[in-house]
Parts: sequence; structure tokens; C-alpha cells
Amino acid sequence: MDVSQYLEIFIDETKEHLQNLNTQILDLEQTPDDMDTINEIFRAAHSLKGMAGTMGYKRMQNLTHNMENVFSKVRDGQLKVNAGIIDTIFQCLDALEEYLDNIQSGADEGTNENEGIIKALCGFLNGESADAAAAPAAAPAKAAEAAAPAAASNEDKWKAINFTDEQKHVMGVAKGAGKNVVGITVYVNETCILKAARAFLVFKSLEEVGEVIISSPSAQDIEDEHFDFDFSLIVISDKTCDEVMKVAGNVSEIAKVVGGDVDIAPIVEAAAATTTAEAGPSTAVSADKGDQANKPAEKKKPVVNRTVRVDIEKLDVLMNLVSELIIAKNSLVSAATGNSDKGSTGEIGEHIEYLEAVTTNLHESVMKVRMVPIESVVNKFPRMIRDLQKKLNKKMELYMSGEETELDRTVVDEIGDPLMHLLRNSADHGIEADAKERIAKGKPEAGSIFLDAYQDGNNVVIEVRDDGNGIDVQAVKKKALERGTITEDQANMMSDQEIINLLFLPSFSTAKVVSDISGRGVGLDVVKSKIEALSGEVEVKSTLGVGSTWTIRLPLTLAIIQTLMVIVGGEKYAIPLSNIQTIESIRPDEVKTVQQKEVINLRGTIIPIVRLSEVLGCESLKDPNEDLVVVIVKKGDKMAGLVIDELTGQQEIVIKSLGKYINKSKLISGATILGNGEVALIIDPNALI
Amino acid sequence: MDDIKVYSEAVQYIKVDMGSEMYGIDINFVDNIVRPQTVTRVPNVAPYIKGVINIRGEIVPIMSLRLKMGLEEIPESKSTRFIIIKLEKYGKIGLIVDAVKEVISLTEDMIENVKHDSNDDSIQYVFAVGKTDSTLVSLLDLDAVTYDKSMKED
Repeated sequence: MDVSQYLEIFIDETKEHLQNLNTQILDLEQTPDDMDTINEIFRAAHSLKGMAGTMGYKRMQNLTHNMENVFSKVRDGQLKVNAGIIDTIFQCLDALEEYLDNIQSGADEGTNENEGIIKALCGFLNGESADAAAAPAAAPAKAAEAAAPAAASNEDKWKAINFTDEQKHVMGVAKGAGKNVVGITVYVNETCILKAARAFLVFKSLEEVGEVIISSPSAQDIEDEHFDFDFSLIVISDKTCDEVMKVAGNVSEIAKVVGGDVDIAPIVEAAAATTTAEAGPSTAVSADKGDQANKPAEKKKPVVNRTVRVDIEKLDVLMNLVSELIIAKNSLVSAATGNSDKGSTGEIGEHIEYLEAVTTNLHESVMKVRMVPIESVVNKFPRMIRDLQKKLNKKMELYMSGEETELDRTVVDEIGDPLMHLLRNSADHGIEADAKERIAKGKPEAGSIFLDAYQDGNNVVIEVRDDGNGIDVQAVKKKALERGTITEDQANMMSDQEIINLLFLPSFSTAKVVSDISGRGVGLDVVKSKIEALSGEVEVKSTLGVGSTWTIRLPLTLAIIQTLMVIVGGEKYAIPLSNIQTIESIRPDEVKTVQQKEVINLRGTIIPIVRLSEVLGCESLKDPNEDLVVVIVKKGDKMAGLVIDELTGQQEIVIKSLGKYINKSKLISGATILGNGEVALIIDPNALI
Repeated sequence: MDDIKVYSEAVQYIKVDMGSEMYGIDINFVDNIVRPQTVTRVPNVAPYIKGVINIRGEIVPIMSLRLKMGLEEIPESKSTRFIIIKLEKYGKIGLIVDAVKEVISLTEDMIENVKHDSNDDSIQYVFAVGKTDSTLVSLLDLDAVTYDKSMKED
């Protein structure tokens, strides 16, 4: 079977499962008895195994199989989670990731057998017998649950099937009619690719000799390949048990079939008891059983977000279509207002209303599709910090908040590396190497690293904070002097903040020892340039001895910005809101001239003013004696006042390129399409300061 | 494939009116022909660039063919059209023409190349003259029409 077409899906889903496993196992480390977590891990491991098997990645399958076995024991309460297991499982996940990397780069899983890990996993399986006795004592409730699967763990899994009253009744009737009730467990070859198809053939051939009344897992699950390499069936047939088993065994790629006659007597009695005495104690028993059966079903709901993978290019096309739709709507609007004498106007109005609702919704949802939570990026960090903790031999905790904060997909894809770098930086340089040093400062022994994301107006802010030692300004200064980055004179002139900012210069690292975690001097400058490429900014604030905070500020999306719409000389222009400081009304006589340049004195600050009508080459339609409307824009520490004719309000706009043909004037950063289909230009105030 | 080549020798041109003359624009470069719409002026550009318009969500610059060719500008009329051409180098550009007449097919023997010995602005944008039954059509050299001296620096 050619499975290459599924490769992409396989890679995506495997990544998702691995991420899920990483998160869950971290949870498990904290709460080793949480059954929900164990079940979730088990399911993820199981799906991984199934997928790897389907794709023909034997080594991957083998490894996951062993991992799953361990968790199966854990789930049944026969094995206690300890640090050793957690560590081995993490190694196992790393190995799986390695396989996945290999598959991604060459569609081949590689040749690493990872025997060491498998051996360790098997060790847990075998060594558990001593602990097994202790486990039920510690958790008697779990022991009860474990009993049934324990029985099932031998080959005759069909014996573990629970019957409903109705099924019991059917069996009783069948037995009464002289038929055989046979329970079998079918084992499919582990190399079999189309398990479901094989299972189907088994069903098909069994139907010829009798009737399959119960299957475990359910027929639907078997059809969907939601089973391991075995499934159990209860068959009512005229044939004997051996004959039924032979029929099932005749299907190719079936490894073996085990089975036997179902001992019907006690079951039927129980059924009779339930039917006769409905309020009797047996109802409680069956209710209990029902509970047990329901539990796993409930937990089957995926905890992971359902993700949509959409090609960005397709989204862009969709965006264009939506704007076209809006334009179409607008022409309808004008058609309706232009022909108000015609009788059909009311009808047109109705259509328009509908069209308006649709387009608004469509627009909104398309915008949302582009946004993804940063969760997908930050999820891998707890694991990273855990590893760093071991590697650096420092105690630290990562606290995250705001994982659900949404950002444009292109930004989310790019933000992972810079964030990882900042976190590593905090772990390596920030948190003190010596725990005693921390205690001496009155800090808790374990260092804390915080990763907070939140929305702030039209920006998303991501903060990486640590309670470590902070940045030693003197050390940075000394280093900068050593490297000749700054001169002695400059160093004396610079503020602490300016010196800290030197860290963002290429090839600058203050780590005394170069480790493989950070400190090679490539990094902070890369972080900065990467974030700037996303039109964001990064800054750092630090207090020596208390800790540092790195703040990344990113625009919500790259394509949509908030702007102030203004009118200059009868033409509409947009000024990005992010540049605007305030809007002032200035009397004409307040404008002074300094060195032939017009300035205003705004609350003690002298700000040069630029008459937009002049730089845009149009004529202001405003009476020169009227008060001037001045938009104060800011670039870094510099400010300027832009004189406009009129304000029309705030508007969210989609940025469009002016194209290659028009000489890129620095003043105009792009254009946008207004509600009526007309084009308005976007002014870049930075070019005017 | 050979027989296709024979047909392709006849190139189709869109015949447009510009003042008293007729010009042909190679249909292979034409993306769209639209009625005049509001043009947004762009500051600090050559005078013959009238501004930009919105063509299905795309911003397209509009050029006055009259101004570019040194003719006098005339007010928009009912017959005025924007011909949107698409060039590999610049993407889409709109040309304002007085009127669009028809599509003509010219085979090679109906086309006569012209020599550029004149300084006349309107002639340097013409690479050949096509002869139809009744009239002569100047065929526009779109590269020359869209060439902008100020863009040399790029």
C-alpha cells in the first residue's frame, strides 16, 4: 500500500501527539496518581503506535509499543510512576522526535534501534512484580479496576467482555435453541497494514457460519482501526467452537485465534434475576458495570485543540474574495440609493441587509482563521526548562500565562526561536548558578521564570521574566570596552539602560563560560532582528540582584492596522494609530518660526510641525485663520506635528501594496481600499520626522 | 504544433482612439478594460501618473496615455476607458484612452516597422504600423510607454 500521500498528515499528527505526551508527562511528574493524565498518555501513545505501524515505521512502532506497555501497567495500577520512569519516557519521546525528524527530512525513520530505551522500558515491566503487591494496597479502588484488565492480559481476552442484559437474554435464547455461544479473540499479524480490512474479512466469514453478537472493541472502532492487534468476539453459531475458530483463522494475515465456549449458565441466571427483580441488588451491579464501561468512553474526548491546517496562500485568496464581496455590496448600495423612484427598492434593501450581514460575518471569520493561539509555540517550553534544569543543575520553575493569546499565524510561526532563546538566556544567565546565593538574597531556592502573553490594544505583549540576578551593567560595560564596541568616553556618557541595550549588538555575550545552552554571542542580536522583521520590538529592563524582564511587543496581525483617517486638501489619507501620540487643536498664532521652520510649544515641548498639504502637493481647503488640527506623531524620542484639514475617525484597514510601478515615495507606505471601493493612501509619519 | 504556429502569426490588437489617431495594444498584455472610476492621486510622482485605482482588491496605478505621449489632456467622456495591461516587470498598469474601438487581427505582412528618427514624443512609443482595409493603426510599444526615466536609479 502506498502510504506516502499520508506522510504529511502523519508528521503533523505525530508532532501533535508528541507535544501532547510531553505536556501530559510533565503533568504526571507533578501528580503521579492522576488517572486522567495516565489515560490521556496511554491514548496518545497508542495512537502513535497505530500511526507508525500504518506508515510502516517499524522501529518507531516498536518503541511506542514498549512505551504503551509501561503505561498500560501504570493505568492498571500495577506499576507506580517514579522519576526513573519519567526520565526514560522523556528519552523515549526524544528518540521518537528523532525518528520523526528523520522521516521529515528523508521519509525514512533512520536506523537507530534505541535498544537502551526499550531495555529500560522492559525493565520497568518486569521489575514491577515486586511493586505490584504494594500498588493495590495503596489504591484498592484501582486494584478492582485492574482486576478485569489483568484477566484480559492473557490471551483469552474475550473472557473480559461484559454483557448487557439484552445480550445475555439473546445468548440464553440461543443456547436454549441448541446453538453454541462461542467467544474468540483474534490476533492480527503485527505487520499487517490494513488491520480494519482483515477484521472486516473475519467478520464476513464468521457471518457465514453464525452471528456475531458482541465485539470488543465495538464494530465501529474496529472499522476505524481503533484497536491494537487483537479483537474479541462473541459468536452464536450452529458450528462448534473449534470450527468457528478455524473459519476466523482462515483469513490471511491473522496470527492466531483463541477461544472457547461461553459458559452461559451464570450469565443467563444473572440476566433472569435482573429481568425479574428490577429494583434488586443486581441492578446496582450492572449499573456499576455500566459506570466502568462509560468511564473510558467519556475520557475518549480529545483534550487537545482541534486544529485546522490551512494554507496561508489560500487564506490570502479568500481575503481577496471577501473584499470583492464587500465591493459588490457597496455597488448594490449605491444602485439602490440611485434608483429610489423604482418600486423594487424595498426588495433591494432587504437583499442588501442580508448581504451586509453575510459579508460582515465572512470577513470576521476569515480574519479569525489567520489567528492562532501562541499555545502551539509555548507548549514545548516547560519540557525545555525541565531539561535545562537537569543540564545546568539549577532548580527553576517555569510559570506560563496567556497561552491562549492569539496572533497572526505568520508571527506565531516565527516567534518560537526568539522566545526559546530568551528563556534559555534567563535559565542560563539569569537564574543564579548557586542556590545558596539565592537563599542569601532572601529568594526561594528554586528560580522562577515567567512567560506571560497578553493583548494590549493592537499589540500582543510577550514577557519573559526571571527572578535571577539581573544584568550586571558594570560587567556589560567592561566587556563592551574590552571588545572596543564603545570608547571610554562613550561609556561614561551612557545611561544604564543604553549599556544594557548593547547586549542586542551582534557578537556580544557576557557569559563567562560558553555553554551549549547560550553564550555564544549569537542570539540576542538575532532575537532582535527576528522580532523587528515581524514589525515588533523587544526591550529589556533589569535590576541587578532582582531579575530581568524581556518584553516583546508584536502587532496583532501584519496585514491589518488601526489608523486615523484624515482629510487633507479634499483627499483621504490614513495615519497608523501606533505612531500617533495625541491630537491637538492649535491657534494659528501659536505657530512660531525657528530657523525658518514652523514649531509649536506643546506643554513645554517644542515640536516641529509639518503641513501635510505641502508635502503631499495639494492645497489645504481650510481657512488659514481657523484653528489648526495637529496630529502629534512620535518616532523614538522625536516628535512632530502633522497639520491636517479634518479628522474623520478611526478605522481598521487592510494594507495593500502600491505595486512596483509607482516610484516608492517614502512618504506613502501603502494604500488601502475604503468601504466605497476607493483607494486611500497610508502616510508613513516616520518619513516626516 | 506547427500548424498552430501558422495561426499565431496573426496577432490580435485592441484598437483604441487617441485624439485623431488610432493605436493598437497587443491583446496578450491586456488584463482587463474598465470604465473610468475615481482615481486616488499619489503625491510626488510623474505628472502622467494620475494615481491609483482599486481593481478587485488590487491597487493599480493609472497612467494618462495622452500626457505620456505629449498630447493635451481632455476631460473624461462616456467613451473613456481604462485599459489594464499586465507586464512582467511592473505588474498591472492602467492606461487611460479616449475610446476602445474593436479587436483587430494583424498578420505579419500587414505590419510595417517604423524607424525611430523622429524626436516626436508620440512616435517613440510606436514600434510598428499596422495596415487594415481602411486605416493605419500605430502599434504601441508597451515597454517604451511604461518606461520611466526617473526609475533608472533603481
